[in-house]
Amino acid sequence: MSVQMSSDSSMIASTSTRARKLNAAEIAEIEHEMTLYPDKQAVGLEALKIVQKHQGWVSDESLLGIAKYLDLPASDLEGVATFFNLVYRQPVGRNVILFCNSVTCWIMGCDDLRRHITHSLGIDFGQTTEDGEFTLIPVPCLGDCDKAPVMMVGEKMQRKLTRDSIDELVVEVRIQPKARDDV
Amino acid sequence: MTDRPLTRNIDLNRGPLDIAGYEAADGYQSMHAIAKGLSPDDVLNIVKTSGLKGRGGAGFPTGLKWSFVPRGDGSPKQKYLVVNADEMEPGTFKDRLLMEGDPHLLIDGMLVAAYTIQANMAYIFLRGEYIDAENALKKAVKEAYERGYLGKNILGTGFDLDIVLHTSAGRYICGEETALLNALEGRRANPRAKPPFPQVSGLWGKPTIVNNVETLCNLPGILAYGVDWYQGLSRGVDHGTKMFGVSGKVKNPGCWELPLGTPVRELLEGHAGGMRDGLELRAFLPGGGSTDFMLPQHLDLNLDYDEIGKAGSRLATGTMIVLDDQTCPVGMVGNLMTFFAHESCGFCTPCRDGLPWVDEIFRGFEAGTGNQKDLQILHDHIEYLGPGRTFCALAPGATAPLGSGLKYFAEDFEKHITEQRCSYKH
Ligand SMILES: Cc1cc2nc3c(=O)[nH]c(=O)nc-3n(C[C@H](O)[C@H](O)[C@H](O)COP(=O)(O)O)c2cc1C
Ligand code: SF4
Ligand code: FES
Repeated sequence: MSVQMSSDSSMIASTSTRARKLNAAEIAEIEHEMTLYPDKQAVGLEALKIVQKHQGWVSDESLLGIAKYLDLPASDLEGVATFFNLVYRQPVGRNVILFCNSVTCWIMGCDDLRRHITHSLGIDFGQTTEDGEFTLIPVPCLGDCDKAPVMMVGEKMQRKLTRDSIDELVVEVRIQPKARDDV
Repeated sequence: MTDRPLTRNIDLNRGPLDIAGYEAADGYQSMHAIAKGLSPDDVLNIVKTSGLKGRGGAGFPTGLKWSFVPRGDGSPKQKYLVVNADEMEPGTFKDRLLMEGDPHLLIDGMLVAAYTIQANMAYIFLRGEYIDAENALKKAVKEAYERGYLGKNILGTGFDLDIVLHTSAGRYICGEETALLNALEGRRANPRAKPPFPQVSGLWGKPTIVNNVETLCNLPGILAYGVDWYQGLSRGVDHGTKMFGVSGKVKNPGCWELPLGTPVRELLEGHAGGMRDGLELRAFLPGGGSTDFMLPQHLDLNLDYDEIGKAGSRLATGTMIVLDDQTCPVGMVGNLMTFFAHESCGFCTPCRDGLPWVDEIFRGFEAGTGNQKDLQILHDHIEYLGPGRTFCALAPGATAPLGSGLKYFAEDFEKHITEQRCSYKH
């Protein structure tokens, strides 16, 4: 019941040649970053984050668009993009669940909650629900260990999780879909 | 004056103080003290004599670190201050509290540090997931500019400072200070070779100081109330207060500012309320996932850098992770190994290949397929991944819970092998 992210989609970067033209909002934000950092290399990583904020993820076309706009080698930018786990090089659901699976959350039972999510939403780490609502991704300690187990859904922390609180949250999120440029 | 300089303004039932509230609580007195005639060297001496040690994990004396930055006429004009706000050490939840609870305190501390090393540009390298801290800091930085604590010619001192808030795109290795600098420069965040040290050649090749959030939050108090007051705060050998946390199956998990030198027992049984009913304390990691396990017999030690060091562990981040008697110790160490294997930056072979191997062996123990040879391989890796064998301290950090875990929980490891299963419920 899930869309498995295929491992070979990362190959597309080398074969895709069509750069997407960045939109005005993206360009304005990138130009602002140019005033904060002394060179374009530093702005490159910022631009990846900016584009992701607007598009939900960084497609090959977007990556090439950034490379072209900033005059950076696309291969360098791809090297950077693939290093950082919060830069999504594959499409994600409207709500990314950053699920803490570090030590305190483990002690407090996060394995069971992971199984529960897999059972109820049909997704495990790296997967997106068929309706495109949720993507589940593991993340290191979210720095809220006294309220473990925790996860983030979109920009919001969810603390002291139980199976029931997760069920309630899923219902809540499904009622109020999040707006984004591309959806 | 206060005996809780880091948290006195923090009240989780309301938002953080705005700049007016912060000023009314003796805030930004440090910059006023500087404006009354303290030179950078004066401030350096004050911080040196205060005895402040870095709160980012290594406990390196802050004044000494700053003193390596080239000073005087011949030194480079451009210098940088970088705040390490990348908190991601498993079990560590202190910098989040400080930034969400009192963002002006951090800016106040940054002013002191930047003035001392004469850096006109400062970056806050903030963990991307810390959205609430980001919002609090954004607002505070804006207020500080409006009130003239940031920007040009601050309080008529002739000193300029700009602050840029950088939100990171992830990966634990970015907390390592040279990897952090690469990430800030928009590169893959592999650590850099040392020397040169960042103090001499750091961000974009310029002299750079990287300090932890909590370290910087100590500075305003030291400048405002003086070294004697600061040293009087402590109950032990090291000076000042520290953020201490307890997580795991205790009655009242949380984070508190306490004097250095507070007994472990007071933190665990007093503030954290002791173990939940029906559970016994088995062991604890005193300062995050990269520290060695300690045992109930260590409860009467004091939370001081040297004293915890003598017990074979490290105070590190000061946030303790508690293992109870009904949670599998092999599983706990295994969880940490998964984390370290996943977060290896891949630059050097022992870490890139060794940690996944170690992790794989732990999966085997859990699945009931472990054997004596596996155990030997784990023991060998304490050395293979140890200090001096790898390019940075990530892999040696992993050997802390691994080595101490193998020593203290030997029976549990044996049992996983002889019974070919994990007998704990999880
Ligand atoms: C793998 C690794 C991760 C680290 N993560 C952090 C971190 O998240 N925050 C931090 O302040 N220090 C972290 N450190 C320590 C920093 O390298 C550095 O020692 C610290 O920021 C210095 O600040 P201080 O002198 O104020 O303690 C990490 C070190 C290593 C090896
Ligand atoms: S020890 Fe690990 S994290 Fe550090 S440089 Fe080597 S591979 Fe990277
Ligand atoms: S271990 Fe999950 S928040 Fe720290």
